[in-house]
Amino acid sequence: MEFVLVSLLNGITYGMLLFMLSSGLTLIFSMMGVLNFAHASFYMLGAYFAYQVSVILGFWPALLVAPLLVGLCGVLIERYGLRNAHKYGHVAELLFTFGLSFLIEEIVRLVWGKAAVDYRIPEALNGTLFTLFSSNFPIYKGFMMLVSVGMLLALYALLTRTRTGLIVQAALSRPDMVEALGHNVPRIFMLVFGGGVALAALAGVIGGNAFITEPGMAAAVGTIVFVVVVVGGLGSLAGAFVASLLIGIVQTFAVGLNVSITDIAALFGVELQASGAMARLTLTQLAPILPYLFMVAILVFRPRGLMGARES
Amino acid sequence: MNCDASPPPLLHPRRLVSWGVLLAVLIVLPLLFSKGFALSLLCQIGIMVIFALSYNMLLGQTGLLSFGHAVYFGIGAFATMHTLNLLGKGGLPLPVTLLPLVGGLAGLLAGVLFGYVSTKRAGTAFAMISLGIGELVASASLMFPALFGGEGGISGNRVVGGAVLGISYGPQIEMYYLIVGWAFISMLAMYALTQTPLGCMANAVRDNPERVQFVGYDPQWVRFMMLVLSGGFAGIAGALSALNYEIVTAETLGAQTSGAVLMMAFVGGVGWFHGPIIGAVLITLLQIALSGLTKAWLFYFGLFFLCIVLYLPGGIASLLSMHQRLWKARLLGWVLPSYVRLALPLTLVACGLIGLVEMAYQRAEAAEIPLRLLGASIDVTLATPWLGALAALCGGLVLLRASWPAVTGAWRRALLRLESREET
Amino acid sequence: MSMNTPAPALQLEAVKKSFGRTHIINGVSLVVARGERHAIIGPNGAGKSTLFNLISARFPVSGGDIFLNGSSVVGLKPHQITRRGLSRSFQVTNIFHNLSVLENLRCAVLWPLGYRYAFWRRLAVLRNANQRAQDVAAEIGLTHRRDTPAGVLSYAEQRALEIGITIAGGAEVILLDEPTAGMSNSETEQAVALIRRVTAGKTLVMVEHDMRVVFGLADRISVLVYGEIIATGTPEEIRTNRAVQEAYLGAAAAAAAETGHA
Repeated sequence: MEFVLVSLLNGITYGMLLFMLSSGLTLIFSMMGVLNFAHASFYMLGAYFAYQVSVILGFWPALLVAPLLVGLCGVLIERYGLRNAHKYGHVAELLFTFGLSFLIEEIVRLVWGKAAVDYRIPEALNGTLFTLFSSNFPIYKGFMMLVSVGMLLALYALLTRTRTGLIVQAALSRPDMVEALGHNVPRIFMLVFGGGVALAALAGVIGGNAFITEPGMAAAVGTIVFVVVVVGGLGSLAGAFVASLLIGIVQTFAVGLNVSITDIAALFGVELQASGAMARLTLTQLAPILPYLFMVAILVFRPRGLMGARES
Repeated sequence: MNCDASPPPLLHPRRLVSWGVLLAVLIVLPLLFSKGFALSLLCQIGIMVIFALSYNMLLGQTGLLSFGHAVYFGIGAFATMHTLNLLGKGGLPLPVTLLPLVGGLAGLLAGVLFGYVSTKRAGTAFAMISLGIGELVASASLMFPALFGGEGGISGNRVVGGAVLGISYGPQIEMYYLIVGWAFISMLAMYALTQTPLGCMANAVRDNPERVQFVGYDPQWVRFMMLVLSGGFAGIAGALSALNYEIVTAETLGAQTSGAVLMMAFVGGVGWFHGPIIGAVLITLLQIALSGLTKAWLFYFGLFFLCIVLYLPGGIASLLSMHQRLWKARLLGWVLPSYVRLALPLTLVACGLIGLVEMAYQRAEAAEIPLRLLGASIDVTLATPWLGALAALCGGLVLLRASWPAVTGAWRRALLRLESREET
Repeated sequence: MSMNTPAPALQLEAVKKSFGRTHIINGVSLVVARGERHAIIGPNGAGKSTLFNLISARFPVSGGDIFLNGSSVVGLKPHQITRRGLSRSFQVTNIFHNLSVLENLRCAVLWPLGYRYAFWRRLAVLRNANQRAQDVAAEIGLTHRRDTPAGVLSYAEQRALEIGITIAGGAEVILLDEPTAGMSNSETEQAVALIRRVTAGKTLVMVEHDMRVVFGLADRISVLVYGEIIATGTPEEIRTNRAVQEAYLGAAAAAAAETGHA
């Protein structure tokens, strides 16, 4: 019981972090038709910028400044890079963001070095929020949850209550129509790209110190985020939300469960001759590949993804 | 790279000659570059040429952007290594010369398995699925140390059994000729494939998958078959790499290898059959040259790739073909002088950029010794070198902008002349 | 269906299609005999193109049944229906832009000639495929453009190529979706002559707005209004049909007369 509750809380925290990434990715994809390969790189930039700002000004200003700075970078990159690639089609755009992810990782290495930087949780958020049976639930995880839920609500309000939000929503289903209606689509593209990567950066600000801030962090989370959007259905925000939570929870549970394939088989009354390497594998060991297995399963049975409506 | 529509004679003499010349050059090359380093470089290039061409069967021919092509390369390599070790134990009567067939078969089977899942979708979804499958295989490989050797990989010895016809594959030169032999056969086969019904329909699927359905073909099946065949050729390349290096690690099927082959094909030019060959040669040479010169080589690499994507999406091959067209019309002299005006701006940009990057790297590494660049010693703690480099970069960019119209103008005049000539 | 009378080339039975709550096609039944030239006319938004998309399985039907040469094709994929001898063109030009004219046509003849997914045969020596592609290029008047990439052809040339791809495979049942849309008068005349030539002896179903084309080509005409067929008959019957005149033809005929003067 204790294990289930604690894992569930941890899984939701992780899942919400994934959603902060996948929501921006989905918005950008739906609007511009380009899957931003460098999305996780902006997550990393968010963490590094926050580290740099927090060294000078402290954590709280960094929470605001870092995403804004990264958003500005995003706007500039869209204006002077991505827009040029746009005229050569989606493959060129995807390759541009692929090259960008490569370059950002190298720039981070150049500026901050190869090793992890000392980006820490602020003192005020260091401690235990509550104790569940015998497990401590740290304040910072509660804070992460708060920020991500706050972002979710803000995003919802922005999409449903503002003019820009309505245009973005319209573009989610019919991008051609929005352009036909005479909206300045390039400017919306620029803003959505900036906003989307700022969301990723916010995730980096609160995720970088919870986990680790190092040049490999983008690659580590990047592919998982792509799996999330494919599983959820490309271009579906609701799908991204469900898939984020699902994958966050499944992975957290798998890490905590130290049972082997043989044990699971025994649970279902199947007696396995525990000899092969396969049978001895535990779920913990399988945890890193579970999202990918999940993706393959979804593709076999439901190629559009959980809630996908539009073909790529 | 399209299938030719006008039916040429059975085997076009000019085409036969160019294949013959290529083979002759490949045979003679090691006589010119016989040093150990040059020879191993040639071997690496040969392997990468097959790999990059197999990649272009997907991107250039079928329009499938894959981020996980190393899976087939790696699986071919591991299968070959296991077979090689079986040979060492005397378990199989198979000459080493034919081992690439094992790798190719393994790549083919991997293509059947993963292709079934990934070719259900095209476009962006295919790209993401190929990435996911790449990650899946790469992380799964670390879980089965018995099969993939864990972090250390598995190694073997290609000199097994007695020498067949005096060939033992002990000396590197024999390995080179093995690679050249397989590379030549694979190139011929892949070129021939572009001129078959399947190759032609792959082009059609790339252009317009919907219409393909209404001429009786199943685009998903076309994608699947192309992926399987491409996996087979990637497997042959992987097998040769296993034999060449005598070690295969998990990195072989990882994201870096996938990214490298994508860059080779794209930089070379995916629209031409010979594009990936150019890319494989160029990128391999650049890798070796740059990684020896600077620690920031990956940065330069990324920047180079971005520039190609933004300013030369057809790759080096498109640049060559543009100039070849003018050369044939004897108009090359119209544009070449304008290039001279780019020399100064480009030098300034390069100097400024290299200065900034190298100084940044030096500072991040917090190295005690001052940076040595082009014979000069630079103290990166002072502001002057930073400002100087920045000024060179900005000045160069401004100059580049100013002199660019001269180049485009020269090109416009040359092309106008060319068109007016073609009309008369 | 008895064994003696040959099955109609195409038969629709109470075919329905709805997108969400919107019913686009409300139970259309239609019989097209072998060798017949059948035109489907109707005002904009009547569901003509949707009907074609249902017959060729571009969209799945919501109800009803479709028979091609007597056997049901509902549930088949587009390429399977094409393999059974039904070929269609598109209202919005749908060709292979980076391939040359000849390559476009050759793509359309490979499956019917039985080359399937062959990767062991050289195209250059497939004489019948190359010959057929060249014949069709000559038929549609594009021989002088045979090596030009389809993407750079003029609009009328692309429309001709669209028809060429549709008929190149030798399908017995041909659906043409607004083959003369956007053409000038002289281009339309050429297109009509071309259609007449290349569909000789085949079953033709066409959607068309230009009434001169319809009455010039069709043996029989069906009028589709709001997803229902309100009348089917010979051009003469349709011309004099009261319901048709009221619902549709009056306005359209006036419009056609006007464009005829312009």
